This record gives sequence, structure tokens and C-alpha cells, in this order.
Amino acid sequence: MEQKKYWKGLEELHNTKEHQEIVNNEFREDLPFEESESLLNATTPRRDFLKYLGFTTAAATIAASCEIPVKKAIPYVNKPEEITPGVPNYYASTYAVDGEFVPLVVKTREGRPIKVDGNELSSITGTSSTARVQGSVLSLYDAARLRFPTIAGAEATWSELDKQVGAALAGLGGAPIVLLTSTIISPSTKKVIAGFQAKYPSFRHVTYDAVSYSGMLLANEASYGKRALPAYHFENAKVVVSLNADFLGTWLNPVEYSKQYGATRKIDEKKPEMSKHFHFESMMSVTGANADERYTHKPSQTGDIALALLNAVGGSVSAPAISDKRLADGIQKAAKALLANNGKSIVVAGSNDVNVQIIVNAINSQIGANGTTIDWNSTVNYRQGIDSEMEQLVKDLNAGAVGGLFIYGVNPSYDYYNAQAFTEGLKKTKLTVSFNSHKDETSENVKFAAPAHHYLESWGDAEGRTGYFSFIQPTIAPLFKTRAFEATLLAWSGNTTAWEDFLKNEWIAKLGSQEAWDKALQDGVIEPATAPALGGASFAGNVAEAAAKIGSIKKSGKDALELVLYEKVAIGNGKEANNPWLQEMPDPITRATWDNYAVISNKLAKTFGSELGDDYEINNDKTVLKIKANGKEVLLPLLILPGIHPEVIAIAVGYGRNANAGKAAAGVGKNVYNFVSFNGTTRDFYSPEVAVEKTNQTYEIGVTQTHNSYEGRPIIKETTLEEFIKNPEEVNEDRKELDQFGYDPKNPHDTTSNFVKNGTLYPDVHQYQGIKWGMSIDLNTCFGCGACTIACQAENNVSVVGKEQVIKAHEMHWLRIDRYFGGTDVDNPEVVFQPMLCQHCDNAPCENVCPVAATNHSSEGINQMAYNRCIGTRYCANNCPYKVRRFNWRDWNGADSFANNLYDVGGMNDDLTRMVLNPDVVVRSRGVMEKCSFCVQKLQDAKLTAKKAGRPLKDGEARTACQLACSADAIVFGNVNDKESRIYKVRNEEQKSRMYYVLEQLHVLPSINYLAKIRNKDAEKAEGKKEEHAAHHEA
Amino acid sequence: MYRRVSIRMRKHFVSVLVLCVGMIASFSVRAADPSKGKALFQSNCASCHNVQKKLTGPALAGVEGRWSDKKLLHQWIHNSAAVLATGDQYANALYNEYKISMPPFPSLSDADVDDILAYIAQQEAQGGGDKGKDNSNPNPTQNPEEGSANNSLLFGIITLILAVVALILLQINSNLNKLAADKEGVAVPEPVPFYKNKAYIALVILVMFMVGGYFTINGAIGLGRQKDYMPEQPIFFSHKVHPGMNQINCLYCHAGAEKSKHAMIPSENICMNCHKVISEYSGGDLFNAEGKKINGTAEIAKLYEYVGWDANAKAYTKPGKPIPWTKIHNLPDHVYFNHSQHVVAGKQQCQTCHGPITEEDEVHQFADLSMGWCINCHRTTKVQFADNKYYSIFEKFHQDVKDGKIDSVTVEMVGGTECQKCHY
Repeated sequence: MEQKKYWKGLEELHNTKEHQEIVNNEFREDLPFEESESLLNATTPRRDFLKYLGFTTAAATIAASCEIPVKKAIPYVNKPEEITPGVPNYYASTYAVDGEFVPLVVKTREGRPIKVDGNELSSITGTSSTARVQGSVLSLYDAARLRFPTIAGAEATWSELDKQVGAALAGLGGAPIVLLTSTIISPSTKKVIAGFQAKYPSFRHVTYDAVSYSGMLLANEASYGKRALPAYHFENAKVVVSLNADFLGTWLNPVEYSKQYGATRKIDEKKPEMSKHFHFESMMSVTGANADERYTHKPSQTGDIALALLNAVGGSVSAPAISDKRLADGIQKAAKALLANNGKSIVVAGSNDVNVQIIVNAINSQIGANGTTIDWNSTVNYRQGIDSEMEQLVKDLNAGAVGGLFIYGVNPSYDYYNAQAFTEGLKKTKLTVSFNSHKDETSENVKFAAPAHHYLESWGDAEGRTGYFSFIQPTIAPLFKTRAFEATLLAWSGNTTAWEDFLKNEWIAKLGSQEAWDKALQDGVIEPATAPALGGASFAGNVAEAAAKIGSIKKSGKDALELVLYEKVAIGNGKEANNPWLQEMPDPITRATWDNYAVISNKLAKTFGSELGDDYEINNDKTVLKIKANGKEVLLPLLILPGIHPEVIAIAVGYGRNANAGKAAAGVGKNVYNFVSFNGTTRDFYSPEVAVEKTNQTYEIGVTQTHNSYEGRPIIKETTLEEFIKNPEEVNEDRKELDQFGYDPKNPHDTTSNFVKNGTLYPDVHQYQGIKWGMSIDLNTCFGCGACTIACQAENNVSVVGKEQVIKAHEMHWLRIDRYFGGTDVDNPEVVFQPMLCQHCDNAPCENVCPVAATNHSSEGINQMAYNRCIGTRYCANNCPYKVRRFNWRDWNGADSFANNLYDVGGMNDDLTRMVLNPDVVVRSRGVMEKCSFCVQKLQDAKLTAKKAGRPLKDGEARTACQLACSADAIVFGNVNDKESRIYKVRNEEQKSRMYYVLEQLHVLPSINYLAKIRNKDAEKAEGKKEEHAAHHEA
Repeated sequence: MYRRVSIRMRKHFVSVLVLCVGMIASFSVRAADPSKGKALFQSNCASCHNVQKKLTGPALAGVEGRWSDKKLLHQWIHNSAAVLATGDQYANALYNEYKISMPPFPSLSDADVDDILAYIAQQEAQGGGDKGKDNSNPNPTQNPEEGSANNSLLFGIITLILAVVALILLQINSNLNKLAADKEGVAVPEPVPFYKNKAYIALVILVMFMVGGYFTINGAIGLGRQKDYMPEQPIFFSHKVHPGMNQINCLYCHAGAEKSKHAMIPSENICMNCHKVISEYSGGDLFNAEGKKINGTAEIAKLYEYVGWDANAKAYTKPGKPIPWTKIHNLPDHVYFNHSQHVVAGKQQCQTCHGPITEEDEVHQFADLSMGWCINCHRTTKVQFADNKYYSIFEKFHQDVKDGKIDSVTVEMVGGTECQKCHY
């Protein structure tokens, strides 16, 4: 079969000398001797050797023969009825931070939350979640949280605070009071705020979103008369066109959209069809990486593209000239597809410009999206901030026109573009109160800090979409002396009702009875019994005016650079930056951890004397650039990314928090929110004017991109939809080579077949009498978002190692998502994400080489790892073709017998943070190997439940953490021996032609299969094919 | 629940058998079965009642005589509240005396109640019952290697004797050789004394190395194991008194054993369920491991001190403190052990691992809790293969059992000795 070339970086593509070197020197995990040079040259006299030998033996003896410590078993005095030690309790809750809406189920053990997963009962998000949602359980145990209320920085009691604030409020004498919050989607909280307003008529509520969507809100008001966001229904769309909207990663509510979009990317082999996705963007986003057709442009061109698209779908505007031919052709192509699928397509835009969004609304109206893929009946509340209100507030603050400012859940001193003006205004204000959970950049300047609970300690409700409610209930008693924001506000508005009672009364009034409220809390969600019909809206925007305004948008000249700001999937707007899990999660696209950086193209990097293809990827030292825009400047290292527009520099927001943010976030990266600008109506997250110069400094970035090379072996299979329809078997044609070894593609798992039996050292192939676990991963619906990586980390106590160790390739993630670029066009590469975890091979190469049998095979097909047996030879990692084994180079968790070995950079080991550890999974000590266990603790638990009930295990009872977290259902897991199971059906009935195993020819017989990726793009021209083929042979 | 049902089934089988024999012999109707009653008594009644003594509820000796009507007694056991509601004099007097209403037992059939009453009558007749002699205890597992250890000692002694004999013979031989040489006038070098003989020294060193190594390795393996560990506890709680003499079901206190990985040390409110009423110890003398006599009543007072109960005022007067029990059975962090798996799915008795707990005043660690000990049991123990539908997926084993190839399926055969069954 034709083998397409995949590469992690340009060095691999060109197979440079340096790349070969690093491949040959496969284990970058050098022995951790910093001074190895001198150490190796040192001579060790025989006597010294004997002395050391004697000393260590004696030390070991003393250490080992110490008396066994006396342990205590402390029972409850009065055991709460619902708690049984050792048995988890589950509570429904909701992640409703900054307007995101993800109904959850929280797992608690002995009264402490240790894991969150999506709530299956929610029709919007199901069991899925994102990396940030998964990480939010760690934020609960954040050591940097405020632990008590303060007045002017000194600890105070709540009653004292109430008294002083009450007095201050009374003393304002009618001066305006402003409550500044992020988007609030809780109806009851809004009612509490309204209650406060009733008491203080001078009060007003300003919503401020750090990353603003007010362009959309205002455009919708102008177009449809509703200042609201519609509910998008990607699942109904055959054609998706996105202008810079990263809806699978960071845009509005990505879990919801990933789930919907994923449904259209699944392939039914009997009737293969899938949506077609066009993406226009400047930086490469997760969404862009998954598009079928992707085009790049400068950020200031977004409006032009929208206009050109509107023109091409028949709108009454004239198309502006677009000089880039590829881009112009792309717009025409997208328009053609949209027109051909009228009523079955959708256009979304990430721009915060009102006029661009009006044009997008016009396009959607033109292609019949309203009422089919865009629902105006049940609008969503995900973002509500209007930029001009915030602008006005800052002006008012500085003019001394605000008497009191309450701040809840926002941090404008950090993330406002004109943070300085805000902070100065704040200092001028008489009464300043912060409800923020951290002493962050904003809270450090307020007089009263009244820290609110973490959401896992709170009561609350949320209405993400109109009519779709979800509830929040405490899963743990408040860890600190904090108080719910609503409770504080109720107290200050003179309402003596406790917040939980207020909430309960609200809902009992709505639902009718205590029982209904109890059920609502238990289910976690209330949804309309039948989904309301989608509703349209008639477009009434002024296209000509918007087009004229777009025409006057400032653009950079030819070949001049533009700057674009973006959110990273893990860190987002930076609010939850103090989360070691999220900081260490490799970015899906750049694969970098613990930093932000200036992302540029290879072409641009050349002008700074840095370039892919020399030793760029081998060295972590990156050239530092001085970037100037909007009169501000910042020093950031460059990072080369194939696929970014050649004249664009992209920088992630959310970094550069100050020391108050906590150990993990403090001083990581640089704050670039000051590059945002206000255009008179909304904030722009790009700059058409940027000056960049090279400095002589270098800076190390922990990029995991080139760790673990496959040396060009074919591990990805993909084809186009057209070819797949023509010949479904073609994608697996290379398997025919295995025929000579007795491979039976119809029955690849037959343990009696020659292929399975032959070529192993052992005559007895493993017999799987009862259960045989297996997993299937669909490359077509894996979007690379990384939710599974963090879910795995939370479930399995995977260690955080810190940037220094990531640079040494010591990261510990059991599940990584490899990002491969495909094709030969370096500026417009295709991207494939491949989750890679232990493949649980039936003929595992690691098992054969372990000298102490610490890793061996179970009767259920799990490649087991007995940590306590491991002596750390690392032979297994050496022999693993998938590079999924992880070695504990340090004592990350304090699991060693020796006390002072702890290596903790993320702040994961104080008593508070350690409460997040899953008590069913042991923490690994230094010097042992670890890897994916298929969440064996969850499998054992499911089996035990069935065993105790005396019934067979049902399919779907045992689910791995990664499987649950995946919003697009890319991972299917189950018992392959069960002919009724989904995994059996996927392998043997539903996806026979796409199914393949990675490195099948090695005869390691993996338990994880992949389903080949299918792109819905035009078949390549015959010539192109030949070229590619040739390139492969040369390599 | 499943467990209880199956016990009952077995008991039913026995009682049906007894019944048949009885019918043939005397044509009598079904007689109440005290042995069945004993099991029912222990699992349902013993936590609050004793035959001879007042506990939470009255002593049950002569209970049938005290009730006017046996039917009413049955009704009382099935649902005491209903009887109270009828205004029965005796019932209301009982309630006023104990101030605790008896929980309903709707699951007990009339035959079950008769069995229990028969057991009570039997105990009454025996005057105190079989105190502490709980013959249902399985024997502590015999060490099968004990015999072979004795043999090896014997062989060792024989080897030693033979070695000494060989040594003497060698000496004699060399002496004779020397004499012969002297006689023949052949000059032989003066023999080295044996303690300077390098061969002997090497041999001694080798033997010492092996013996030393043996003890070192044994010692090293034993590190961290604490078989027979019997720490002094903050309260002298006697299992002999509670599950032994008073026959309280183990699961009454260790409720987690059926639900969780932890059997659970009972919370203090469980203790107080009975000890609100029982403030004095009136059983036989108690002695601790050092032979010191223990005042049972004083120990109960310690409990009151912890929970903040005032025995005179019959009220909680102080906030409770937890009792800092010393943990006896310690597994290392890297071992996952689940009580409910063994008790519910595996149907193991507590005594299998914890020994004759009902005979012990102070608990000690009965098993060494080593991995070898676990594995040995998993190798020999049979799973409830036919009874538990979970195992229906093991089609081949079912076929093999049917075909007579194997007679049973052990834990090991279904993967019970694999690393990741306990280590993850």
C-alpha cells in the first residue's frame, strides 16, 4: 500500500543527521548525574569502593531492620450512615466556571472528592469532560487558595467582615455599587444578586469575560434582536465552516460541540458518510488540526474571508480581493459545499468583531442554518460579558464615580488589556471587596477579601441552555473558612435565609415538592421531557454597513507580521493556571508544557536564524524574541510550528501569573493580555502591527514532541472518504503481507490461527477463558483535546514531574496523544492525533525481558506491572515498540522509604494536595517502571460488583477513565470474549475494514486496535500520489 | 443476602432429612430444630439478647412462659410495634422497662421462630449454654510442613553423627597410615593439626556461611511481618465475651466486611447500642496476656469516657472522642485486599484468616499475612463455580467439570494468583 509520510517535526521529515543521532540514542533518559563528566573520569580506589559497599550495606540493614511502626485504626465516634469506608459515594454536580456548562458526577471516597466525570443523564454533554474539568478536582486542594476572610490583608472573622462591610455600604451615601463577575449561568445566584439590587438601587452588575464573546452577542442583537447566543447543533451539519472558532478546544462550550461534531465524524461502514469541515485560521488550533480542509490567513483578514464567503453563497456584498490563491480557492470551495447542503450546514466564527459576526449571521441565514443547525428557541447562557460595559466601569472607577466594587470570579488586574488602569481605578474606590478564591492580582489590591467556596464545596444551580438545568451540591465540607458568594451577598442584602435554603426554596417552588427537589439533586440535571424543536430567526442585520466597517479594519502590509492571541486547551484564560496537571499537559498542537511562547512558522524562524531541520528540535534552548505591539513589549522564546500562517506570531494567554497564584502557576510564561486592544465596541485579540526582533538569549522549553520516536515505521493509517467508499479494504492492504504468516484478516484474534501461534517463544498461547479486555480507538473521532490524559492522571495518581524533568524526557503520562503531521506541504500539513498507551500485547516484548517477572501477563489479557517487584532495569522500556513505559527517575510522591528523596516541583505533595490521590491506586516510588493498567482498579471493582451479585459482568460496567472522559466516544473498551459487547461488534462486525493494529507485523498481538482515519477531502491528484510514494522510498 | 439464603438452603436440606427420619420413626409433625435455631439466634437476636442475661433486651430464658399466648409472641417478633399498639399489658411493660423497641423481623417464618425458641429452651435446660465452646470454629489450619520439619531435624542429627564418625575414621585412618609409614621407615611430613588444616577451615567457613545465610534470609523475609502481634489496646475488648459468649454476629460490628474492602472497626455508636444498657461486666474472670486480672466493668467505663456517656444520668454529657485502637492486621500499601470479596463472593468464614477469634480475649494476628500465605490459599480454595452466575462465562471450565476432567475450579484457575489481582 502507498505509505504516506508522517512526521512529528521537520527533522524527522528530512531525516537529518541530528534526528538519526537522537533516534540511535533512543533513551534520552540519561542517568541523572548532572556532573556525569567528572564522575566518569574520577578514579575510585578499591578501598573507597569497599568503604562505600560496607556503608551502604550497613545503612540498608539499619534502615530495613528498624522497628515496625505502630499504626492506629481510628473509628468514627458516630459514623454517618451514608459513608462506608472503602466504598465511594457519587454526587451530581456541575462545572460552571466562566460560563462553561458541564454537568458532572463527583466520586468521593471517605468524604473527599477524588475524581469527576460527566453526568450520563445530561443530554448536552453526557459522560464527557475536558482536561480543565478533569483538573478542577485538583483545584479544590490548591494550597494557594485563600483560607479565611481578610480585612486590609489581616485575618478577620466573617461577622467582623459583615459588620465592617455593612457599615461601609451604609456610608456610601448612594454612590454606585458595582458587582463585577464572570458569566453567571445560575438562575438562583442571579436572583440573589437581584435581591441585593433591590436593597441598593444604585447597584449594577457588570459581566466581564476574560476572553470576550461580546462581538457575537452584539451581532446577534443587531441581526436577530436578541442579545444571546444560540445553541449550535453540529450534529445536524453536513458541512461545517469555521472562521477561527476553536469549537473542539476552547470556544464557548467545547465538550458539547465535540460530542456533536464527533457524531458526524463516525463512519458507518455500510453507509460511509461524514461531515465536511472547512477551517480558516491563523494559528493552528485543535479544531483546525481536525479539519478536512484547512486554510491559513492573517487575523485581520477574517472579515474579508467572511465577506468573500457571503458573496460566494449569494449574499449581496462585493467580495474583497484576496491575493492568496489557495485561500481564495478554499473560500469558493467552502461556499460550494455550503450551497450544496442548504439547511445542513453551519458557519461559526471565533472573531470578537461585531461586524464580522454580523456577516457570519448573514451567511448562516443564507445557507438555511437557522432552525436546522442553529437553534434560536433554546438559547445558551455560556457568555454574557459586554466589553463596552467593562470599559465604562474602568473609566468610572478612575473618575471616582463608583462607591463600591465587588469582584467575583474575575481577575481584571491580570487579564484586562488595560490592567493598570483597572488596578488604579480599584485603588481609588472606597469600598472594594473580592470574593475570589485566591489572593490573585486583583484581590491583593482590595480591602475586603471574602473568599468563596470551590464549586465542589458549594450549593448552586446552572442553566446552560434555556430549560436545561444542572445542580451543584457540596461533596465535601468547606476545607477553609470560606463562605459561598451567594451566602455573603444574602447576608449583606439583609436576607437571613441561608443560601442552601434559599436555593432549596426556589426549587421546591418550581418543582412542587421536596421529593422532586431530592430527585433533581440526585439526578443532577433537569431537562425538558422532549427536546424542544429547533427554532429559526429571521436575519435583520445591516450587511452593507458591516461590510463597510470591515473594509476599514486596519490590516498589515504585504509580508508584514501580525500577532494573534489564543487560549490553550489546558490553561484556557489562566484562571485555573495553578494546576500542575494542566500545566504539564502537553499542548495538543505544540506538544509543549509549562510555558507560553511565540509560535511562528519555519519560514519566519529562518529570519531569526533559527530553523527546523538543523538542531532546533534536539535542543530545548529556543531563541528568545522581543515582541512589540500596542506599545507593549514582551520577551518570549520562539517555537516553530508547521501549519501556522507564515506572517503570524501566535501567543497563548493565561500565563505569567504572579506569585499569589500558587506554586505551579507563579512565574510560568509571560502575561500577554496587554496585547489585546479595544476597538471602540469590543476587544480585539490580535494586533495587525507587531515588531519582532531577535535577542541573544535562549530559553528552554519542555517540548515532548520528539520524545519517543517510531523511526518512521507505519503506525497511522488513513484514507479519504472517496477512496474508502470505492474500496474499503484498501486502507488495510499492507496486511496482505502478513498472509504468508497465516494471518486471517477475518478472524485476527483466533488463538488457534497460525499467525497467533507462530513466532512466539512460548508454545502455549495465552488462553483467555473468562474475560479478555480489549480497546478500540477511532482515529477519526480523536480530536487530540487531552481530556483522557488528565482523566488518566487523576484516576491513576500519575505523577507531575516539572519542566526540568520534562526537558529530560522524564514525563510520566500513561496516556499520551501523539501529534503527527502528514503530507509534504510544510506550510499546510495534515494532522493526525493518535492516543498512545500500553497496548497490552498478548505476545508482549516487555514481559520476556524482565529479569524478575515484574511485568507479566494476566488471564484477562492485561500486561500487568507489579511495582513492588520491579528492580528498575528498564529492559522492558527498552524493548517496548510503543514507548509507553514510564520510569520513576525521582521520588515524585514521597513513596520512598528514605525520607528526603522527594522531588516535588508542582506542589503536589503537601497534605492538602495529596487528598486528591485515588486510595485504590498505589503511588509509585523511585526506581520502578509504570504504565497504563487499563484502569485495573475499575475493572476489578466492576467484576467484584457482578461477582457479589452473582451475575455475569455486563458490557459497559467496566469503563476506563479515558473512555469516560472522551467527548467524541473515540474509545470503546470491553470484554472481547463477550459476543454482545460493543468492542466485539466494533472489531468483528461494524468496523472490519478500518480496524488495524499498530506495528502488527512485529507479532506482539496488541489488545488495542485503532480505526483508520478518514478525511473527507478530494482525492489527491495522481501526480501528487506518485511524488509522495517516491519520497517514502527515498526515506 | 445471598450467603444467608444458601446457608438456609443447606440447613433446610438437613432439616428435611431429619424430618423424613423423624416422620418414619414416630409419625410426629415437624419438630423445632434447636441447631437451626442456634444459627438464627446468632445472626438475628444475639446482638441484643442473651439466654441467661439481660442485655439490651431481656434474658430469654423462660420467654415462652412469660407470654400469655405463643401466637402473640410470634407476632411480637415479627412486628413488635403492632403488638404494642394492641395495648398488650406485658408487651407495654417490657417496652417501659427497656425503652427500646425491638426491630421487626418479618423475614423470620413461624418455623424459624419455633427453631429459635427451641434453641432457647435447650440452652435454658443446659443452664448457661456452651460458653466459649463454639464448635463451629474451623480448626486452625494445620501446618502441613510441620512433619517434614521434624524429619529434617532427624536427618540433620544423623548427618552430624555420620560426619563425626567420618571425621574420627579419617583421623584413625591417617594415624594408622602414619604408624604404617613409621614402621616402614618412610619419612612423612609431620601432619598439620586439623584446626590448621586449610581444608577443614574452608569447610567450616562454608558451613557457617550457609547456616548464616539461611538465618539471614529467613530473617529478611520475615521483616515487616508480624504474626502473633498482640498489642495492648486502649480498652480491653474481649472477642471471647462478645462474639464468643454472647454470640454477637461478627457482621453486627464489622459491617464493612460484606460491603467494603475494609471490615471496619465499629464506630462507637455501635458499641453504645448495647452498652447504653450494659454498664457492668458480670461474666467470668478476665485475664490479660500477662495474667493480670481485668475488671470488665472498669473497661466499660473507659468506653463511656471516650463517648462521653454518663452512666448514671443515662445521657451523653460530653463530646465523644474516637478510641485510638492499635491496628493489628497491617498490609503494605501496595496490596489491595477486599473483605467483601472474600466474605460475600468467596464465602469465607472470618476464622479462616483471623483464627479462633471467638476464643480470644485479646486479638492477635493469627496468620502471617505473607504473600505466600495468600497464594497458598488461592491455589487450593475452590470458587463457588456452579452457584455464582458470574462464572458462567468460563465455558471451558464448565465443560471440563461436566466431562469430569476436573472436579472443581480453584481461585488460581480463574486468575486468582496473578499480580494485578492484588497489586495496582
